[in-house]
Amino acid sequence: MRLEYFEMIDRVTSLDRETKRIEVSSVVPQESPVFEGHFPGHPLVPGVLLTETMAQASGYLVLGLMGFTHMPFLMGVDKARFRTFVGPGTVLAVTAQLEHEGSGYAVTKARITAEGKPICDAELRFRIMPFPEGMDGLMRAQARRIGLLEESV
Amino acid sequence: MSSTFETVAGIISETADIPREQITPESHAIEDLGIDSLAFLDIAFAIDKAFGIKLPLEQWTQEVNEGKAPAEEYFVLKNLVARIDALVAAKQA
Repeated sequence: MRLEYFEMIDRVTSLDRETKRIEVSSVVPQESPVFEGHFPGHPLVPGVLLTETMAQASGYLVLGLMGFTHMPFLMGVDKARFRTFVGPGTVLAVTAQLEHEGSGYAVTKARITAEGKPICDAELRFRIMPFPEGMDGLMRAQARRIGLLEESV
Repeated sequence: MSSTFETVAGIISETADIPREQITPESHAIEDLGIDSLAFLDIAFAIDKAFGIKLPLEQWTQEVNEGKAPAEEYFVLKNLVARIDALVAAKQA
């Protein structure tokens, strides 16, 4: 993870097209400017970044299932729960499940665990839109970085 | 009024926080009820779930944008309800 660059996903572990589920892994860095403020002397990953991590896992799931034809943009977060603290060095296992594929939108349920213990979970909604000019290549490059394209698309 | 309308009106009332009594079959979702596109997607999700269908919002939007259909055809509630009933019937057929 590079928190300050919003690179929340390190590696895609699996993408199952049949069950429409993705599993990814991420390791919280030992140091980050984020921890200088949240909180001084008591580094904790902010809940908003855990939400972003669930959103990115969900987003890559939607991208992979749709074959990178459209871009999912986060439009809603429901039922978000943060169950414990997450500090530097924590190994996160993130899963996202496609719950509903609507016309122009998608709904996922995502959760993060560490060593099998629940960290957080939420229901996320995405608007599905054509890629803004130039974003297609950017997302494909990110997908290659995390091992999504060579394995699944 | 049909049970479909009652269900849809209930969904709109709850999702968009609009008093139920303001919602009639003649209401235009956008012009009369002030529902924006984001809220309409939330409503579409609730309708999809409630009726087990997939509202073809992208197709409708495209038809309206291209001038092939007036927005009232999809966004006045009695028309929306008729289309939901048609989608449910098509699914059951």
